[in-house]
This record gives sequence, C-alpha cells and structure tokens, in this order.
Amino acid sequence: MSQPAVRRTVIVDETVGAHHLLDNESVLGPLMLSPLLVYLVALVGVPLVLVFVYAFSDATTGSQDFSFVGLQTFQNTLADPVFRVALRNTVVFTVLAQLIVIVLATILGFVLSADFRGKWLVRFLVLLPWTTPIALSALTWLWMLDSLFSPFNWILGELHLIDVGTPVAWLGQDNLAVASVVGLNAWRTLPLAAVILMAGLTSIPPELNEQAQVDGAGFWKRFFDVTMPLLAPIMMVAILFGIVATFTDMAAVYILTRGGPGTTTQVLGSWSFYTGIQGGSLAQGAAIGIFMFPVLLGVCILMLRRASRVDVV
Amino acid sequence: MAEVEVRDIRKSFGAGTAAVDGISLTCRDGEYLVLLGPSGCGKTTLLRMIAGLEHPTDGDILIGGRSVRALPPRARKIAMVFQSYALYPHKRVEQNISFPLEAQGLSKEERAEKVNWASELLGIAHLLQRKPRQLSGGERQRVALARALVREPQVFLLDEPLSNLDAKLRASARLDLKQFQQRVGVSTIYVTHDQVEAMGLGDRIAVLNLGRLQQVGTPEEIYHRPANTFVATFVGSPPMNLLERDGRIIGFRPENIELEKGAAARDDATIFRSRVLRVENLGADRYVYLRVKDETGDKNVIAKLAIEHPLRVAADDDADLIVRNRHLRTFDRSSGQLIAA
Repeated sequence: MSQPAVRRTVIVDETVGAHHLLDNESVLGPLMLSPLLVYLVALVGVPLVLVFVYAFSDATTGSQDFSFVGLQTFQNTLADPVFRVALRNTVVFTVLAQLIVIVLATILGFVLSADFRGKWLVRFLVLLPWTTPIALSALTWLWMLDSLFSPFNWILGELHLIDVGTPVAWLGQDNLAVASVVGLNAWRTLPLAAVILMAGLTSIPPELNEQAQVDGAGFWKRFFDVTMPLLAPIMMVAILFGIVATFTDMAAVYILTRGGPGTTTQVLGSWSFYTGIQGGSLAQGAAIGIFMFPVLLGVCILMLRRASRVDVV
Repeated sequence: MAEVEVRDIRKSFGAGTAAVDGISLTCRDGEYLVLLGPSGCGKTTLLRMIAGLEHPTDGDILIGGRSVRALPPRARKIAMVFQSYALYPHKRVEQNISFPLEAQGLSKEERAEKVNWASELLGIAHLLQRKPRQLSGGERQRVALARALVREPQVFLLDEPLSNLDAKLRASARLDLKQFQQRVGVSTIYVTHDQVEAMGLGDRIAVLNLGRLQQVGTPEEIYHRPANTFVATFVGSPPMNLLERDGRIIGFRPENIELEKGAAARDDATIFRSRVLRVENLGADRYVYLRVKDETGDKNVIAKLAIEHPLRVAADDDADLIVRNRHLRTFDRSSGQLIAA
C-alpha cells in the first residue's frame, strides 16, 4: 500500500438554497414532525374539542343547529340507569382483564425470553392477536362463541361435560357474556404486555438471579424477592397500556354482545356510541364519553412520570 | 471451611470445543487459590461449575470431601462475589446483606446480629440504610463481601472482584481482600486475568489456558520456574524473553539481563550479541528494547534495568547481553515444556 490514495474532489454547489435550508435543524425538525401534527390535530384534537362542545349542548344527529344548555346533559346522563351500569362495567372489566393479563403476561414473558427450539414460532403465535385488527378478531370470537357453531361447545360435548342438545349460550347468559367480553379484552392486550415484560426480563442482569441462587434462595424466593421488584416498573407500563386499551374499548362489546344480554355488558364506549350515533343524541353521547376523560388523564400522567424517571440498575 | 477438589472436570457448550478440558485441581483448607489466565481460558467456567451455576459435562467436584455434583448452588455452602458485585438494586445495603440469611430462614434477631457483625468487620456499618446505587465501587465490593461472609460459607468464590475498580483503588482493595481472607480463614478461589493480582494475593496460583491447567504453584514457582512457554510469557511484565538456541528454547527474565559492550566469554553466564533499538525511562526502571539474532531469525528482547545503574549504551549501539546461567530456563522446542536443569 505504498502508492498514495486517489484524491477525490467532492463538488458541492454552495449556491443551492434548499440544501442549506434542510441542513438547518429549526427548519428540518418541524418539517419532519408536520405529518404527525396534522394527523393528531385533525383526528384527535378536533374531535376532542367537539366532544367538549357537544357535551354542554343539545346537539343531535338530525340537525346542524344546537344551543348550549350548560350541565343539563350531564344531569340527564347521571340519571340514566344504563349509564351507571356502563360506568361500573367499564371499571370492572378493565380491572378483571388487566388482572388476567398481569399473570398470563408474566408467564408468557418468561416463555418468550427463554431459549428453546422453535421459539420463533411461539413468539409469532403470541404476537398474532396484537397484529389482528380488533374488528376482525372480535368477529372470529363471535363465531367461536356462537351458541350453535361454537367449537368450545363441540369440545365440551365430546368430553360429555355438557349435553349436546342444549348448547351453552356463551353470549346469552349474564355471567358468560361478561366473561366473554373480559376474555376478549385480556386476549387482545396480552401480547403487547407479554412483549413489554419480556423486554423487562431480559434487561435484568442474569447474575442477580445467579447471585440469589448462590445466596440460597429457591425459585419462589428469587421470583418474588428479586425478579418481581425489578420487573415492577416495566410491568406498570404494560398495565397502563392495557388500561387505556380496555377502558376505551367499544369494538369488543359492539361486535360480541351489543351490550347485552339486556345491558349486562354495556360499557362507556359502547353506550356512548349507541346513545350518540344510533340514538341520535350527540350531546348525551359526548357527555358519556367525557366520563372516560379523568381516568385516561390520570393514566397519562402516571405514564409520563414513569417514562421520565427510569431507574437505572 | 473446607477443601475443594475438582477431578478431571470438563465442560463443553454445544458441539464446540471444550471451555474446560479436563482439569484436576485442589484448593486446600483455608488456602487462597488464584485461577489465572487470559480471557476465554475457562477460569470463570470452572468457578461457575464449582458454584453450581454450570453443570460439568464430565468429572466431579468435591467440597469437604463430599461430591456436590448433584447439588444445586444453594446446597453447596459456598459464597460467590461476581465481577459486577450483583447487589440487589432495589434493596438497601442491610437487606442485601441479610438476604442469604432470610433464605436460610433465620429469625429477625439472628439476622440483625450477623448483619451487624459482618458490616463492622468490613467497615460499612454507616452504609446500611443506603441503596447500592448510592455507593462507590469500593463500598459496593465490601457490601458484596459482607453478603458473602454472613452465610459463613465453606468456600469463597470470587470472580474478578477488582476489575470494576479504578486503578488507584485496586491496590488498596487488594490489601483489604487479603487481610479479610486471613482474618476469616475461609478457603478462597479467586479468578483473575491480572497477573499482578494473582502474584500479590495467591497462596498458590493455577495458570489456565485453552481450558487446560498449565501449572499450579506458589507465585515464586510460577515466576521463576514456569512449567512451559505459555506460563513464561503470560506471567511477568514485561514477559520472559524466549530465544532459540541449539534446538531448544531458552528463556530469561528482563531483570536478569546485564548489558555490556564487547563482553568477554564467561563460564557462569551466556552472552548474546544484540543491537539496541530503543531505551525507555520509566522512573524507577528503564526498559531497553534489543534485537537479537537466533536460529530462526531476529527476535526482540526487552531488558529491565534499575535506573541507579548507569547505562552505557544508546539506541543503535551494538551491545552484548549477559545472562547468568542460573537465570536461564530451557524449554522443549516442540512441546514448550520446561526441561529440568
């Protein structure tokens, strides 16, 4: 390598203005952010403002005119017994679904972070529910839980646990319908939680567990005394995501049960939709939706605080 | 306190070559045994097998004369200090130290008593309420040692516990470690790649390379009578100089070289003709880099000379290199093994 390197001359045309403009971070930054900003303002910001405007009015879907009526709509909403059922259901369903998710996601997190043959297949299968659009997966579940065609009924019948002549109406009985909606929500939010917990588990240095082994701790002591406390912050993140997804959900209820039987599975999301769009009372639909706001706001604040003080091990 | 013995132990990961390839070694009761070797030589794997964190492919491990091969780590009555110290980050120092005692199921009073005893011994009593992240490197090491100590183990296993400390702290931490072990008198197996640590700490040193035991002996034996050319060049800084002569490899330490111009032949010493390449002044010593012709061509030789002795040669001078015969070691050319004088 004794011969000198070939000299190359790079010609930059200093007179091209756009070139300089894009080098400037104060121009490039906003430019690259603008698509997201347009999206957020048009599809989140404007509707959010409209909800607050409608909630204090008597707007209906039948006419473009409306007048402000103060807190009248909220009083009507609170007096509505279905609303109270929906509010209670939303909270109960969210709590139940997330309890299931915490337990299963922790187990799945261990499975996903373990090293074994064919783990790509398991990872793929675990992630599948998350990649499927909710409308599509809810339709699949609707069929799975159909009183006539349900594979669950078929299996139970084959096992002689139920009488084939009187199939279980999964969505027709109060408790089973609730269980179905909770189950669907848990099934749907589980993959993301499992992946988050997997990331959390892999971030725990393996020698902490080895140290605990040498220190004489058995599996459960290691799990509850070392792994769980270190996993807790990241588990919190997974739960917060799950809460947002479940609390605001309407698709699961809308497709599976339409809130039935009766109003047993009605939640804020679905009741807001039925009242505001199908019932035509935009104002009351908006007012129902607003009751989700404080919970979601609280969750957002928790999330942001979590994100801003990540504990470095 | 117990003797630790490994018998013809072997470990291979997957189908690849063995990380530990048939090592038999004994750490005597109360002894400070250092496992020394370059990275990848199998020393950490060997330690982890003694701890029970890896399962040997072959061979046996005995602690106190009893085979522990089938026992899980917690049943082996050992304590281990990891390179990173592996303090539980969510627990305060006090909780970290009492963790092994909790696992043993001791009462709260017993735990408090032992935690106090260990923290007094290591001088960390004032740190008990802190979290690990609020501690300096040296303090973390002491907490890790205290946690290892409270179990009153039969054996201490230490995996490069000084490598996370800065150079200044390392010398004092070495002293602390040695004094600590002498006080508690527990058999200790200490893994390091740093030969200075090994020489300074070990009652005996076991030198490992490529999964095999190269030599076991006191620091003096390892340094002055290396069993083969690997040990000769791995231990000592600068390493032993090796030259080929009469179909054998001869070796001599840099500090055993005298330099002279036009030296006369002597009975008690061997003389090599050389050329000075460069002289480095290091304060207390100077290193003289020399070029010597041997049977296979030019070889570089480093001489380490005390600064008090006046140096009569300079770069590009011809100089004769005098090594007393009692300082010469001879190795077999093909096997690299020491040939007894």
